[in-house]
Amino acid sequence: MNWQAMKSIYLFEMARTRRTLLQSIVSPVLSTSLYFIVFGSAIGSRIQNIEGVSYGSFITPGLIMLSLLTLCISNGSFGIYFPKFTGTIYELLSSPVSMPEILVGYVGAAASKGLIVGAIILGTAYFFVDVTIQHPLLMITFFVLTAITFSLLGFIIGIWATNFEQLSLIPSLVIPPLTFLGGCFYSINMLPPLWQTVSHFNPVLYLVSGFRWSFYGISDVNPWISLAIIIAFLGVCLVLVSWMFRTGYRLKS
Amino acid sequence: MPKSIISVERLTKTYANGFEALKGVDLEIAEGEILALLGPNGAGKTTLISIICGIVTPSGGRVLAGGHDVVRDFRETRALIGLVPQELTTDQFETVWNTVSFSRGLHGKKPNPAYIEQVLRDLSLWDKKDFMLRQLSGGMKRRVLIAKALSHEPRVLFLDEPTAGVDVNLRKDMWQVVGRLRESGVTIILTTHYIEEAEEIADRVGVIDGGRLLLVEDKVTLMKKLGAKQLILELSEPLGAIPEALSGYGLRLENEGQALVYDYDGHDQTDRIGPFLQALSAAGISFKDLSTRQNSLEDIFVSLIGERA
Repeated sequence: MNWQAMKSIYLFEMARTRRTLLQSIVSPVLSTSLYFIVFGSAIGSRIQNIEGVSYGSFITPGLIMLSLLTLCISNGSFGIYFPKFTGTIYELLSSPVSMPEILVGYVGAAASKGLIVGAIILGTAYFFVDVTIQHPLLMITFFVLTAITFSLLGFIIGIWATNFEQLSLIPSLVIPPLTFLGGCFYSINMLPPLWQTVSHFNPVLYLVSGFRWSFYGISDVNPWISLAIIIAFLGVCLVLVSWMFRTGYRLKS
Repeated sequence: MPKSIISVERLTKTYANGFEALKGVDLEIAEGEILALLGPNGAGKTTLISIICGIVTPSGGRVLAGGHDVVRDFRETRALIGLVPQELTTDQFETVWNTVSFSRGLHGKKPNPAYIEQVLRDLSLWDKKDFMLRQLSGGMKRRVLIAKALSHEPRVLFLDEPTAGVDVNLRKDMWQVVGRLRESGVTIILTTHYIEEAEEIADRVGVIDGGRLLLVEDKVTLMKKLGAKQLILELSEPLGAIPEALSGYGLRLENEGQALVYDYDGHDQTDRIGPFLQALSAAGISFKDLSTRQNSLEDIFVSLIGERA
């Protein structure tokens, strides 16, 4: 194992965050605070409690997931796409580094950034609403698994993308509808039966719901199914990325 | 010949679009030598280098570096090799110091600020160490790429078109650096369009075209070929045949007897032209004009490429 190389990639990527502090940390925290002010305090005070939880508290896990998914995908994809775009990828390919080591470096850094921002948002939430975490161990499991899985998805997108348009396609066009319609801001029990059924095909529902269960013990779906689904999705991403590495897909001719 | 540090055996590469970049290349590179690879664009130079360095997967044949297979034992071989790519590919927002240190880390080496400092000083980059790459000129970026390639103390250095778009001063500096590296025992393989460069710096010269290595020869041997000179005399009166008195010189008549051509070795220090001209006037042959022609590496190059075309 080339530990030194993994560490170098990880630290190099983390250093990029320091340079773009405003964009990578301040901006997601600001936008989430705005959600708390608008939905939590202003509008939320007029919305009745959902299964005994105030609306502001109810949306907190969903908001963390929303930021976590978006950030992990964009960090994960940008990290590997940028060297492809500038051509510095030659260096990764000609170094004594294996593909899995490259993966650990980039995905590790992207997931770390997502987790840092997620933790800051959670901290911010305490200022606006009441937050309790009933199952901390499960909460951390969901938190970390989601960060890793979606950073990995980002990494796959970064390898697949051949231009900036494709790079932002999934994070900007696919993820927002999935998260907004995945029960970030409501319980799917509030929907008509047809839409409840449709919602069950949205994978993000399981993430948000399971994560919320670890906070308040309320959930639209069985939290263990949630956990199984995220692990299965992680498995799919791993199979895909190992195929990419084996064939050198869009990395190596 | 000293032992090979790089052995290329029957190497072929066909890209996904069907382009056959290498059609069976064999090449032995000795430890400590400087080998120049000459060839036109699309000849296969960069593909050859890219396969050795691990950027491109070979279609057939194999490459050994330091006795290890570059595909199977990539950790061993890539640790030996430093690569300076043709394009100025840099992370524009990174500082010189960080990018060079990053390269060292990628190669699995523990940080060694003193060594990095030495590399940067050798390349006159020390005062630029905290500059972002986008603030540097093209020539300076080229130096940074060299510094990155040297950051992990490689035993073999590949320079792909190192002087393309580089001014004369930097080119001189670069050859000084190459000279110093060579003294420290580093094997250097460079590709170039500039034949003078190959002549000036290389121990051996290889000519590659159409995916084949047409020639690899010691520069000294090549220089002998280069040494061949011709003295061409435009005669006042055309000659039907070469006079008996001048038969020992191996002369030829050209241009329907109007020009007399004398082939001689330009590196031979003995005075040949003087006695020849005396013999000429003794034979009563007068001439209007004279010129000399020298075989250059370029001629050899062009004739080799021409043979194929």
